[in-house]
Amino acid sequence: MSITKKTYWKGIQQLKNDPAFVEHAHKEFVDLGVENDPRHTRRDFLKMMGFSVAAASLAACEAPIRKAIPFVNKPIDADPSIPNYYASTYINGGDYCSIVVKTLEGRPIKIEGNTLSKVSNGGTNAQVEASVMSLYDNYRLRGPKKDNGNVSWEDADKEITAKLQGVAASNGQIRIVSNTILSPSTKAAIQHFKSKYPTANHIQYDQVSYYGMLKGNEASFGKAFLPSYDFAKANLIVSVGADFLGTWLSPIEFAKQYSVNRKISEENRNMSRHYQFETNLTLTGANADYRTMIRPSQQGLVVAQLYNLIAGKAGNATISAGMDKVANLDKAAEELWANRGKALLVCGSNDKDVQVLVNGINSMLDSYGSTILSNKAVNYRQGNDEEMAAFIADAEASRIGAVIFYNCNPVYDHPMGAQLGAALKNISLTVSTSYTEDETASMSTYKTPDHHYLESWNDFEPKTNSFSLSQPAITPIFNTRQAQESLLMWAGEKVEYFSFVKNNWKDWYFNQSALGLGFQAFWDKCLYDGVLEVGGESGGSLSFAGDVNAASSAISANYKANNTGFEIALYESYGVGNGSQANNPLLQEFPDPITKAVWDNYATISQKDAATLGVDNDAEGHTQYLNIAIGGKSVKLPALVQPGQTPGTIGIAIGYGRTKVGKVAENLGQNVYPFIVMSNGTLNYSITSNVTPTLLDESYQIAQTQTHQTYMGRSSVIQESVLSEFKKDPEAGREFPKISKWDEKVDPGTVTLWKGHDYNNHHWGMSIDLNSCTGCGACIVACNVENNVALVGKQEVINRREMHWLRIDRYYSSSATDISDYEALEHAAENPEVVFQPMLCQHCNNAPCETVCPVAATTHSTEGLNQMAYNRCIGTRYCANNCPYKVRRFNWFKYHDNQQFYEVNPSMNTDLGRMVLNPEVTVRSRGVMEKCSFCVQRIQSGKLAAKKEKRKLKDGDVVTACQASCTSGAIVFGDMNDSESKISKLLQITRSKERPNSSDKQIGNPRAYRVLEEIGVKPNIFYLTKIKNKEVTNA
Amino acid sequence: MTHQISGLFKNLITALFIVLSLTSFSQDISSDAGVITQGETLFNSNCKACHRVDQKLIGPALAGIEDRAPSIDWIKEFVRNSSKLIASGDEYANKVYEESGKILMTSFTSLSDDQIMSILAYVKAEAEKPEEVATVADGGGTGSGDGVPPTYLNAILVGMIVILVLLLVILGLIISSLKRYLDQKDLTEEDREVVHSPFTFSSIVQSTGFIFIVVFLVASISFKTVIDGLYTIGVQQGYAPKQPIAFSHKVHAGEYEIDCQYCHTGAIKGRSANIPSPNICMNCHTQIRSGTNTGETEIAKIVSAIETNRPIEWVRVHNLPDLAYFNHSQHVNVGGIECQTCHGPIEEMDVVKQYSLLTMGWCIDCHRTTDLNTKGNEYYDNLLELHNNNAMKVEDIGGLECAKCHY
Repeated sequence: MSITKKTYWKGIQQLKNDPAFVEHAHKEFVDLGVENDPRHTRRDFLKMMGFSVAAASLAACEAPIRKAIPFVNKPIDADPSIPNYYASTYINGGDYCSIVVKTLEGRPIKIEGNTLSKVSNGGTNAQVEASVMSLYDNYRLRGPKKDNGNVSWEDADKEITAKLQGVAASNGQIRIVSNTILSPSTKAAIQHFKSKYPTANHIQYDQVSYYGMLKGNEASFGKAFLPSYDFAKANLIVSVGADFLGTWLSPIEFAKQYSVNRKISEENRNMSRHYQFETNLTLTGANADYRTMIRPSQQGLVVAQLYNLIAGKAGNATISAGMDKVANLDKAAEELWANRGKALLVCGSNDKDVQVLVNGINSMLDSYGSTILSNKAVNYRQGNDEEMAAFIADAEASRIGAVIFYNCNPVYDHPMGAQLGAALKNISLTVSTSYTEDETASMSTYKTPDHHYLESWNDFEPKTNSFSLSQPAITPIFNTRQAQESLLMWAGEKVEYFSFVKNNWKDWYFNQSALGLGFQAFWDKCLYDGVLEVGGESGGSLSFAGDVNAASSAISANYKANNTGFEIALYESYGVGNGSQANNPLLQEFPDPITKAVWDNYATISQKDAATLGVDNDAEGHTQYLNIAIGGKSVKLPALVQPGQTPGTIGIAIGYGRTKVGKVAENLGQNVYPFIVMSNGTLNYSITSNVTPTLLDESYQIAQTQTHQTYMGRSSVIQESVLSEFKKDPEAGREFPKISKWDEKVDPGTVTLWKGHDYNNHHWGMSIDLNSCTGCGACIVACNVENNVALVGKQEVINRREMHWLRIDRYYSSSATDISDYEALEHAAENPEVVFQPMLCQHCNNAPCETVCPVAATTHSTEGLNQMAYNRCIGTRYCANNCPYKVRRFNWFKYHDNQQFYEVNPSMNTDLGRMVLNPEVTVRSRGVMEKCSFCVQRIQSGKLAAKKEKRKLKDGDVVTACQASCTSGAIVFGDMNDSESKISKLLQITRSKERPNSSDKQIGNPRAYRVLEEIGVKPNIFYLTKIKNKEVTNA
Repeated sequence: MTHQISGLFKNLITALFIVLSLTSFSQDISSDAGVITQGETLFNSNCKACHRVDQKLIGPALAGIEDRAPSIDWIKEFVRNSSKLIASGDEYANKVYEESGKILMTSFTSLSDDQIMSILAYVKAEAEKPEEVATVADGGGTGSGDGVPPTYLNAILVGMIVILVLLLVILGLIISSLKRYLDQKDLTEEDREVVHSPFTFSSIVQSTGFIFIVVFLVASISFKTVIDGLYTIGVQQGYAPKQPIAFSHKVHAGEYEIDCQYCHTGAIKGRSANIPSPNICMNCHTQIRSGTNTGETEIAKIVSAIETNRPIEWVRVHNLPDLAYFNHSQHVNVGGIECQTCHGPIEEMDVVKQYSLLTMGWCIDCHRTTDLNTKGNEYYDNLLELHNNNAMKVEDIGGLECAKCHY
């Protein structure tokens, strides 16, 4: 049996052949009856049209006077229309990414990864890409406020300083509360503040706490720290509940490392193997070779069992805790042991005892010093759950005199936020430095807004001896002030934070650097690069000294192998994350990589539980509400049936249900932070007892992009195999469709009506490696920002009118072969394998859209692009109907300057939001079709740069937005006419002697295929087969 | 033939003169064509705002400078830092300073020795240029074009009209004599009516043929007018709005021959050519405070913009729709197109007006007819090879494709 003989479906609706699904499955545009409004007749339409034609022609006669306003004093390096790039750093609490900011006319408009960084290595994710829009958030504070009135900085400073001195004089307690602070200079500023006010104390907490891991490492090695991981060195990766490709610790860095061993070719036929044991189906689980569903209540026991298995092989003493019958665990242990020194175990648990065992296992596997770099500690998460809990208790007991919330929002995102909010009135001075008036700021007396990170100076130390700088890419838009400057001001020091940071670097790092430059040159270089590495990797290896038996007995007490009640696993979603960027519509409309839902918060449940509870999802996202009682509290959320969800568990995302956040996200979903409980001294993100979901007789519709535009039953879309097959034959998994002529069967490409094109200059093409693609979706957001893609809001997504040019198709698969055997298919769907496929305009050489356009609005270029002239388009939508890939998007509305989309699409509707638009790309209007252009604006500017320098175009001169954002390097774009280009080499292109520039090129890479090859449209996008590193049991 | 001989003779004399002058004094000043060209570029971008070769502007005329000045080294020193030289009490420097109305020359510290020498080479070459241009221009006016000259055309037209009138008269005479002949015959009443049919205006107006013709003409004329009118919508050719400052390109670009890109710095760099910011104006106008046309009022506006830090709000003359992408550097830098090709004789305009249509048809026409500027540009090597090194039009490399300008 060939491994590719599988059935793929985009959702369980397709699998079950749901009638609603079948009805719409073949339609590009679904008539959902939304436009049938009896009040507006055809006659009204004609009258309106007549009027608007007249009005338009009258208006067109007189051109409006347009102004051209030059600088008064033009800075030498600021030229209108020429972008400047600044290296800087994205920071959101402890989330870190070194970036390059593209600014045009002084406005940041795009963020890309900084390849010079040894930490984030040029990678980004959806949140980093989207953060440029947060800069132009209409909900930002315009200046300092006292209660609800505006106040000047001078008055605010005077009053705050006086009150702080009053509190200090009476020996009252002062607290600075923040999320993790990565900045050494910020910490120094806080230190200055503390030396002025000795009763001040700095408390850090994290929305998703890693305190248990810190404590676990302290118990194991005597030092509370988080180590660096190197997934690139690991041949075998086992993760127990750690979503390291999506949300865990430093996902950008890990995704980059992970992709190193997932890239295979004819020459390199080895790849890492990845086991995942988890509750919710996460991005990481979707990429794993083996995935086992476990309950949160079993997590500790699974780790304990693994400890015993490894200890058995190592000849060490075993421990008492453990559980049997965990699928794949024995095999994982076997291979971990075989790969010791090149193996890595990570665990997402925030339980100290579990982490002690994880450390014990990694120690036995010789991971320290190879896959775990203990001498390079990371600082991403420094939150201390106990100190934070003590602070809230102190506040409730009126033991706190003053509190400064430094860019954090604990009233919303701490489990005891409600208590804290109520206790704030007991505190005589409350100050918040958040740049929006969030839940905490709105309850604080003084709002002294900080700059957005793109307006700030700052420095960071994400890892020991790895530093980076943040520099302003725009003059502060509002009357805000750097929070560090505020702290120093209140401590009686009037200094500019810029010079503060610069002086610190002179004192701290200048001498350590081996650059051999004067200080100014050193500083300029650091600023230019954005990053600085000092010192080599030093320090000895760690020796594990944890008490595994104590951990074991604690685990035995806290975990159960056979819990039967419902359990809840809270998770961070990939778009909205912990909720701090919730008001960013780019992230709200970002389809979750797994559920494909947008603009919503829901409870994911397994199919088995859905059947028991009576939940029924249909293809249009219709579902029912669940009331989930948890202890004494309850939460009402719509249910979403999710294959891969561990039966008996419910997954709910944090980050929703914000109340003071701005129009975009206000009251969207439910806040589940309050359900997080403290256990074992740390915050626990799962609830394992007293959970009772009940079905409510109340229906709801979730906006999902999931089941739209399906390719049902076409096996040439996803071509997949396993490593063992690939080793034997690199063409494993490939489909070679043939079409019948009267005498023989031939390749579909050979029979054609067309003569093909000659691309004399360039021939643009793209390759997407399905094996490297993790499905993270950074490309979607990057594309949105680069190409001014309109956001349409939840209702329009329900109406199937999302505008994303690039989508990621998520296919579930199973081993069942017989499509009619629903029973078997359903069984497999409990824990399906997942394949992600980025889908965008395929730029076909024989494009079916071009031939049906009655006005030639979509045409073919001499460089292989399928181009779209918006102003020619009259909106017949024939092209979309004729597109086999369903990648064309129709503007059903005027999304710009339209009150209806004011809230969901601020970048085209508010003066502030419009600043993010890319002026190189037209904002499309109603009634025209649009689609991926291969970032033609970047192609044109790359070519122009080469022409100006009078040289040939080099590979890398043109990088598409999606390619630049792809952390794992799955997307490769380039000129297929250039034999030196990366894409030519990757696809092993050979050009024919007779027609070297022909559009038909010989592709040598055995993994490369075109989607739907049999229809002969000859796309310029190639996909590389998905290879899973698993063993075929039934082959 | 005589022309040629006299030209040759002049050239000989010039060459002799150059050789003589080289040996006599400034052995440093090159007469190499490449050096002179380099000097010309440098002169245009650095000196031309204040100096001419044979005309006093802000600074003295430069012709013969190498003989006038104390030494070549003196010139170099003065160019790099004139104020230092003046302050040092140098006699000649102070003389120049006094003569120029005590206006200090801008210091050009960045100019290298070689560059200054090349400028001198250009000045020298320019000053000694034989004035042949005038003679050539004299002889060049009488080009004989093909076809009929316009004066003959008029004569022919008049002649034809005369012939037509004569024809009418002859026809009228023939009709009347025929009538007279018929009247002499015996005719029936009906035939007589036909011969003497009463001529009434209303019968013609009411005839079907007439109505048809009138309706057809009116309809087609109005149709044509509407279509023509529609084509002019959004076309602002000739648009010459009043600007907040009565800046004259005629004075700056025409009279003083300041290079366009001295002010429009973006034209070779990017999409936008840039309206100059007041600090660029002040490079010269710190010294020059009264203008040719309007005296002090207009320049005072620039000064006030700088002092109050309020930008000048110019009215855009050339407006392309947002959906069309145009990049100056592609045309000016890569294509080597003169500014005047699209903007017209800007050096003659006191008030800038839109010279070209700026419609898509106008763009396309040029892309169809213009040869690519591939010279010395490696980017085009492959394409040239494919076209057997023949000239290519912009159209040939996809210059008519939608997504070259619309995205």
